[in-house]
Amino acid sequence: MDRAVAIQVSGLTKTYDAHTAVSDLSFQVYAGEIFGLLGPNGAGKSTTLRTIITLLTPTSGTVSVLGHDTVREADAVRRLIGYVPQERAIDRFLTGREHLELLGALYHLSKAEAAKRIAELLKLVELEEAADRPAKTYSGGMKRKLDIACGLLPDPKILFLDEPTLGLDVQSRLRIWDYVRMLKARGMTIVMTTNYLDEADQLCDRLAIIDKGKIMTLGSPTELKIGLGGDIVSLTVKDQSKIPTLVSALTKQPAMRAVKATPTGLDIRVETPEKALPAILECANRLDCQLEFIEYHRPRLDDVFIAHTGRSIKDEVLVQKEGV
Amino acid sequence: MSNYWQEISALTMRWVRRLSREKFSMLFTLVQPMLFWLIFFGNLFKQAANAQVTQAPDYISFLTAGVVVMTVLNNGLAGGVDLLFDKENGFLERLMTTPIHRTSVILSRFIFVMTITSLQVLVILGVAFLFGVQPATGLLGIAVILMIGMLFGVGLTAISMAMAFSVKSHGDFFSVLGFLSLPMIFLSSALVPLAGMPAWMGFLARFNPMTWAIDAVRPLILSGWTEALPHVGMVVVVMVVFDAVCLYGSAKVFCRAMG
Repeated sequence: MDRAVAIQVSGLTKTYDAHTAVSDLSFQVYAGEIFGLLGPNGAGKSTTLRTIITLLTPTSGTVSVLGHDTVREADAVRRLIGYVPQERAIDRFLTGREHLELLGALYHLSKAEAAKRIAELLKLVELEEAADRPAKTYSGGMKRKLDIACGLLPDPKILFLDEPTLGLDVQSRLRIWDYVRMLKARGMTIVMTTNYLDEADQLCDRLAIIDKGKIMTLGSPTELKIGLGGDIVSLTVKDQSKIPTLVSALTKQPAMRAVKATPTGLDIRVETPEKALPAILECANRLDCQLEFIEYHRPRLDDVFIAHTGRSIKDEVLVQKEGV
Repeated sequence: MSNYWQEISALTMRWVRRLSREKFSMLFTLVQPMLFWLIFFGNLFKQAANAQVTQAPDYISFLTAGVVVMTVLNNGLAGGVDLLFDKENGFLERLMTTPIHRTSVILSRFIFVMTITSLQVLVILGVAFLFGVQPATGLLGIAVILMIGMLFGVGLTAISMAMAFSVKSHGDFFSVLGFLSLPMIFLSSALVPLAGMPAWMGFLARFNPMTWAIDAVRPLILSGWTEALPHVGMVVVVMVVFDAVCLYGSAKVFCRAMG
């Protein structure tokens, strides 16, 4: 398959003093796709994104965007991309329209051209009525929409979204997803970071799972799920002291592909449930291990994440939030 | 070049808009130095201040030069605050992903701070005039006062912006600001002439660029050209050195922050 490459990242490393944020990252983003960088906070996805959009200089390695080097031809890159930052990068004293007018001047648009684009964008993100109110009167969802309009103002070839739906209510979230799908339909290449697995699953054509500054795996959500091999049976065990015995007993069974202890029970990857389930129940009975709950599911992106990083992304997010 | 101008004027307009929307804070920044220092302090010390020491007809006319330079100091040191907020809420990143010249943001800030400071200095001189302080060197003298203010302000604003780029949190920024501002005022000739200070304070005040600025502005207001010119010549030299050091230092900080 010969697809046009929009972004080429080769051997990208970024270190801060002693700390290595990303280490020897290489990947490509194809023109017209939605590419996701998925990982817990601090995994290096924001650093990767910031390097691609010329905010950071790589310690080593190169990044090229539509053929332009992000260090040597930073201005050329900046003219081709739009960026929607993670923080609500809004000046609360300016109105929505003034935000867009300011950016219009910074992209060197003529007054007439800027006015035309601004009218279109305000319509697109449904902010026409609120356009002349200061941004401090906007709701979280409205600010996000303004953020996206700002990112789209230069009419970019590639749009970068950093955690586009972080902290948004469900409705705003779905609305943002709609925009992203619509932009892709118009032929725009989109690169986004997220720590929501469902978001990555729903939106991304391909995604890279990043952890501790390295790409753990890369592919389409379906490929990644298939790549795990087999469906998953999760057991919740009543007496947790019996977990190790059950693990070692089940590991020997031929129908089990992989058996892993969890805090409350076991995660078992199985070839087919028809063969595996009776074997699991028989084994549990024989060891006098009472099961509280049995769950069977096709692999989810959750499982892909756990398989490649050794932990659940949700735990990570929770820990991060509590830490703040 | 026209691109550059488009960027700078749009960014400068943003600062103006922000200020005009913050009516309350605008009122405070404008009124505070006049009300607090010139009117209260100036009148309070009318009797207490010794005319033999101040060498001025009254304390307000002595204090005017000090308040003018204090305003330059405070505006300059606070000049980086808005950039600090921009840095913290991500607005600066948004600006930096646009194809603007990297200096546009900084330059717009200089223009804005210098303009606001000059306007404030004019208002202060106006209020002082109402209290009977007539600048001895007239309109040309006022122009020279504004020039001295700008020379001093450029270096201060550069320090402030460099601080905004390098501090970890805005708490740090305001602590340093508070720590710098009052000692700078007390260890200068703003409130008391060098000759009237305890020897050690007078000694330290000599190393304060603010003292040099005040000692040039004061004769422009009180005495006249013959008295003022040597001081004006001197302050230009001091300020050029001061600005060069500040701009060089902050340019380094800025380059590192942008890397």
